[in-house]
Amino acid sequence: MSKFKRFCKDNIGFFFCIPWLIGFLVFKFYPFCSSLFYSFTDYNLFKGMTQFTLKNYVNVFANDTERTALIVTFKYAFMTVPLKLVFALFIAYILNFKIKGVNFFRTAYYIPSILGGSVAIAVLWKALFKDDGVIHTLFALFGATAPSFLSDPNWSLFIICLLRIWQFGSAMVIFLAALKGVPNDLYEAASIDGAGKWKQFFSITVPLITPVIFYNLITQLVQAFQEFNGPFIITQGGPMGSTTLMSLLIYNNAFKIYDMGKADAQAWVLFVILMIFTAIAFWSQKHWVYYQDEGR
Amino acid sequence: MTTTVHTKSIQDAQKKIRNRRIRSTVIRYVVLILVGIIMIYPLIWMIGATFKDNAEIFSSLNPIPAKPTLDGYVAAMENYGGKINIWGAMLNTYKFVVPEMVFTVISCTLTAYGFSRFNFKGRNLMFTIMLAMLFLPQVVLNVPQYMMYKDWGWVGSTLYLPLWVPSMFATESYFVFMLVQFLRNIPRDLDEAAKIDGCNAMQILVKIIVPMLMPAIVSVALFKFMWSSNNFLGPLLYVNKPAYYPATIFVKLSMDSDAGFNWNRILAVSLISIIPNITIFFLAQNQFVDGISAGGVKG
Repeated sequence: MSKFKRFCKDNIGFFFCIPWLIGFLVFKFYPFCSSLFYSFTDYNLFKGMTQFTLKNYVNVFANDTERTALIVTFKYAFMTVPLKLVFALFIAYILNFKIKGVNFFRTAYYIPSILGGSVAIAVLWKALFKDDGVIHTLFALFGATAPSFLSDPNWSLFIICLLRIWQFGSAMVIFLAALKGVPNDLYEAASIDGAGKWKQFFSITVPLITPVIFYNLITQLVQAFQEFNGPFIITQGGPMGSTTLMSLLIYNNAFKIYDMGKADAQAWVLFVILMIFTAIAFWSQKHWVYYQDEGR
Repeated sequence: MTTTVHTKSIQDAQKKIRNRRIRSTVIRYVVLILVGIIMIYPLIWMIGATFKDNAEIFSSLNPIPAKPTLDGYVAAMENYGGKINIWGAMLNTYKFVVPEMVFTVISCTLTAYGFSRFNFKGRNLMFTIMLAMLFLPQVVLNVPQYMMYKDWGWVGSTLYLPLWVPSMFATESYFVFMLVQFLRNIPRDLDEAAKIDGCNAMQILVKIIVPMLMPAIVSVALFKFMWSSNNFLGPLLYVNKPAYYPATIFVKLSMDSDAGFNWNRILAVSLISIIPNITIFFLAQNQFVDGISAGGVKG
């Protein structure tokens, strides 16, 4: 057998991964690097680039608009992710008792997650929370006056968060699958020892599914940092920038004023912040995530 | 005497336990039903609202219309700027969703097979990079990708090139990861047996792996269908001729152009645009559940 043939035979798996490798280099790695490069320039889509500069990065922290967008992004992520996970786990826990019609409930809770990313649902959200919308009618039913959710900066971000929290279904489905894997005899043993349902939940269920909690935490975090459709369609980032997440600001800079350098720098700051959170989560794993395999 | 007291106290205790059990069961159902109403009511309301007239839509919470009308649907058929209506827009959506779905399935299956069944130089490094891509948010790539596609002349492409061509190259790590998780559960003995029978790597993939992996492949296809038909930012950046607008852009424009008056029309347009997604969800719920559970649980 020739050397070349031998090499091919030993590395045949590589050939199956070639499409992925090309995709990675062309559609991920090159854009990733070029965005780092342009983030240090004043590149404009139509005027081209004239100089290297650190201005883009300085501005992210010095300008009010950008600082606000960063803070809004944090608020969004730290409101949405924990609430979504707590809801998802709580409902999954209840569903895991021998509930009649579990499939019906699971379906009902899961639909919003599947449809929720669509523009149609964002439109529906606007119909619900706009002035004189459905929620206003609901308040009026009880003789109360609802705040103007979408034009009051104190409320607008929360309504955008609510759209995502409403979509806790996919996290719930993952939790439910994990809960099914917790052996029943553990619960039985605990209840003989006199542990109540809540005690069982916190000292058996939660520790055993920490790997899944961790997985959900990470995926939801990555998702939250790039939310775009909701605020773009429902509030256009307003009122007074209260729902202008970083992703919207990046879009506005890149595709409204064509300041690509600025947009790239903002994207990089967002990326680095997300990486820091991910790194913290991964690092903290050893303190709270329990992997069964280690015990064996 | 003592025995009767004894049995009585046992009976009491049993009754107490039973009552407590009934009470907690009731509480559970009440919580589930209340949350269920919050989850579903908006959707039911939306369906009802498309059959109401505009005066009625926000005046009552009852999803069942008092005076049912098809005005919303009639208005929903109107053209946008004389160029395109909702059906045309939905057809446009599937012009890139279908290729994206097919290519994602093929390229991700090949990649997952390569990574999980073979050892080769650089495998571990490549696999780590693939997993790391799960954490690289698209928001970082949007701007440089746009510049790249602009150089290639793909922006405004009437073939929607920027939307589906990347899917030929397994760019969605999430799906590769999901398939790798499923592949772990397919015993290697089958591959070995086929190899002894003289099958090459490609034949093993097509004849052994793909049939066994089918449920997972279906999940990938379904999720891809849902996600890419919901894709809004992609078409917003790369489609710039009204005749080529997909449904997501069409719905957004209908909402803007009505400036909040014809809500029955806007909601009818919105609802029509997600009917295929709703149908597919109900037909294939279990595949969705199995698919999404695989990533988190078996990992």
